[in-house]
Amino acid sequence: MKGRVRITLKGGVLDPQGKAIAQALDRLGFAGVNGVRQGKLIEIDLDEADRDKARATLEAMCVKLLANTVIEDYAIELSE
Amino acid sequence: MGDGQRIGCARRRRGGQGSELGARVQAAVIVFPGSNCDRDVEMALAVAIGRAPRMIWHGETDLPPLDLIVLPGGFAYGDYLRAGAMAAHSPIMRAVVARARAGTPVLAICNGFQIAVEAGLLPGALLPNAGLNFVCRDVHLRVEVADSIFTRGYAQGHVIRIPVAHHEGNFYIDDAGLAALRDEDRIVFRYCAADGAATPEANPNGSRDDIAGILDRDRAVLGLMPHPERLADPRLGGDDGKALFRSLIEALA
Repeated sequence: MKGRVRITLKGGVLDPQGKAIAQALDRLGFAGVNGVRQGKLIEIDLDEADRDKARATLEAMCVKLLANTVIEDYAIELSE
Repeated sequence: MGDGQRIGCARRRRGGQGSELGARVQAAVIVFPGSNCDRDVEMALAVAIGRAPRMIWHGETDLPPLDLIVLPGGFAYGDYLRAGAMAAHSPIMRAVVARARAGTPVLAICNGFQIAVEAGLLPGALLPNAGLNFVCRDVHLRVEVADSIFTRGYAQGHVIRIPVAHHEGNFYIDDAGLAALRDEDRIVFRYCAADGAATPEANPNGSRDDIAGILDRDRAVLGLMPHPERLADPRLGGDDGKALFRSLIEALA
């Protein structure tokens, strides 16, 4: 089972990297950009074949290590 | 009064000028792959204690009896994933957290602060610096709390000069967390101008409320982004950091 974990900053948290990207896009001439937030994608290849078990494992991984739940949200996608 | 003259019979020992009492303090510095300020803090502690502290590799699982644990600066695990995130789960950290919860003081400097936060020893999070630069310069700190084991050597409101060197030093905490820090008098150091004034320019990383260092609830874990060990000897250009180590060792002796 393959898991794709998307980690993003929580809404109220300042994202200086996103802001820097927005400024760079502006300098490149891309108009109408109202905001940029940068996140992370982590792909994990698991032995587990059962979707529910795989999801539970990935949740535990997110809470324990992959995301800092003080400042980040996570979203898990599974595929065979 | 000079160093070492304040407690009992001061003696010069190989490695430092600490007193006989100080020499009983059992201190350890945890060394992670990528730590790079471990030897700086070892030196500062050796001067304060009179004997070098133990250097303990992150892969160990047990700790000897200790009066003080130091989490040093650097780039543990290359800061991969998040600064301090993987180091917080190093084998030794289970023991460090257990000791901290049982009351052993922990001094967490820079990357050590990041590790302590990720390990749940301190609240909040350290975000990338607001200016997105790696900031490496001297800053001024106002000592907001003088009655802790770490800051007894300073006067309340005293301004000290200490270097910072970090990319993720932007301390973030939510409103409730900030209120708790304030109500419980746990904000130990704030960035300030040389005259002690709070100005935006004085804050090198955009940290909330100009916070540079905080205590945990039990006031035995101090996390700070600046490096007191790097200005603890006149030969380094200043020694404002020395009083932190001296007062800490005196408190523990």
